[in-house]
Amino acid sequence: MNKISRRKLITAGLVGGAGAAGLAVAANIAKRFGLIPPDAGVLYGPGETLTYAAQRLLSRHSMAREFPRTEISKDPFANEVDPLGAEFKRLQDGAFVDWRLAVDGMVARPAAFSLAELKSFPHSTQITFIACEEGWSYVAEWSGVPLAHLLNLVGVLPQARYVVYRSIQPDWWESIDMADALHPQTLLTLGMNGGELPVPFGGPLRLRVPRQLGYKNVKYITSLTVIDSLKRFGKGLGSSAPEGGYAWYAGI
Amino acid sequence: MTISQMPEPSPPRHPAIVRVTHWLITLSFLALLLTGVEILISHPRFYWGEIGNVNTRPLFTLPIPSSRDTVPTGYGYVLPDQNGWSRYLHFEAAWIAVLTGLLYLAFGFSKGHFRQNLFPSPSDLSPTSLATDIARHLHFGRPTDDEAWSYNVLQRLSYLLVIFVLFPLVIWTGLAMSPAIEGIFPALVTGLGGRQSARTIHFFVTIFLVLFLLIHVLMVYLAGFRKRVGAMIVGRLPKAVERL
Repeated sequence: MNKISRRKLITAGLVGGAGAAGLAVAANIAKRFGLIPPDAGVLYGPGETLTYAAQRLLSRHSMAREFPRTEISKDPFANEVDPLGAEFKRLQDGAFVDWRLAVDGMVARPAAFSLAELKSFPHSTQITFIACEEGWSYVAEWSGVPLAHLLNLVGVLPQARYVVYRSIQPDWWESIDMADALHPQTLLTLGMNGGELPVPFGGPLRLRVPRQLGYKNVKYITSLTVIDSLKRFGKGLGSSAPEGGYAWYAGI
Repeated sequence: MTISQMPEPSPPRHPAIVRVTHWLITLSFLALLLTGVEILISHPRFYWGEIGNVNTRPLFTLPIPSSRDTVPTGYGYVLPDQNGWSRYLHFEAAWIAVLTGLLYLAFGFSKGHFRQNLFPSPSDLSPTSLATDIARHLHFGRPTDDEAWSYNVLQRLSYLLVIFVLFPLVIWTGLAMSPAIEGIFPALVTGLGGRQSARTIHFFVTIFLVLFLLIHVLMVYLAGFRKRVGAMIVGRLPKAVERL
């Protein structure tokens, strides 16, 4: 072995070692600051962590783009909805008077809210787009109660890190971190384009998370759980999306 | 044989960093392409402006089946949904491509790689010189021995196009489709005319990158596949082409 290749070998070894140590340090920092998404596995964990961490560092206070009224889609596409079931039908027949949004977990005052109660809370309106992971999108005016308002009402405990939310469709449940949960545009949506939120679009109650893709914007919300860890929910991947093969974080 | 008897090694045709980044980018591009196609078939319709969905008029539609039954395609069947892993892999491969690309750019600018090997000289850009080179390419003329050591002007221009136009554009339009990034840098989207415009441009830039890939591989084949690919892997040319 001549001098040059030995030096090269040592250099390559040092660079490799420094790289591995750097990765380990970076992974530790990401973990300490809660920047590793719950679905981070061996194969796609590095990419997901880079995306989630980078966007969290950059986007904590950024706002989703809002549009003028002229940009509202005339013929928005609701997408398909699985059959809604007997319980939904019963509630719908009763004009959703018995619909409840239950809030529990790491909160000082667990509660259940009727739609009438939700409607009495301060409202917020936004004209934002919703984009499906498939590529299509539309713009609508959404109105409702900022999730942050409700969370303040029930009193979130300091150790809380995520909000889990569930649809009346048992296969649909999602979660977001507190940065998105407390974001002013994250909306418990009751109305669309000036009227009630139509059933195909998620009525009577949909959670809008405009800084993430459509599948995080779950329709027919019935309960919220505020929590410090997602390990005990489902398969521990954070939501039903990764259980079906899709990423938990959809800010992309 | 003692060290003093070893023949003086000739310099590598391609520096190690160019070879490593070349293959990393190749692998991540192929992963991005495959997964991009998978994602695309869930909605093979393209639009211009901010919005677009099955209720709006498309700019154009690809005549292929879809992996969603909500998209009217004219085909009587629906392809299986592969978007989950495709999306995970697309974004991971994108990170590898971007980080590798940044390393390559840092090397290219700091070590004179772009200046020496890619930027054409003014004489190369003269109309006669360009015309000669274009004619030679059109006749599929075999490359001169010099070209084993240096890129010709068309080669330089196409590499520069890929490195400084197509890759930046495909990254920009990709980022413009991220709802979170959109909120941080709205100009990324408004500068392109809207979210759906970004998606459409992303598609066309990909077509150009695939065209480049096909022509690149064809040219490597015409120049001697084993020699050229070997040089890009181990850095050295076979003895016969080496300058002594």
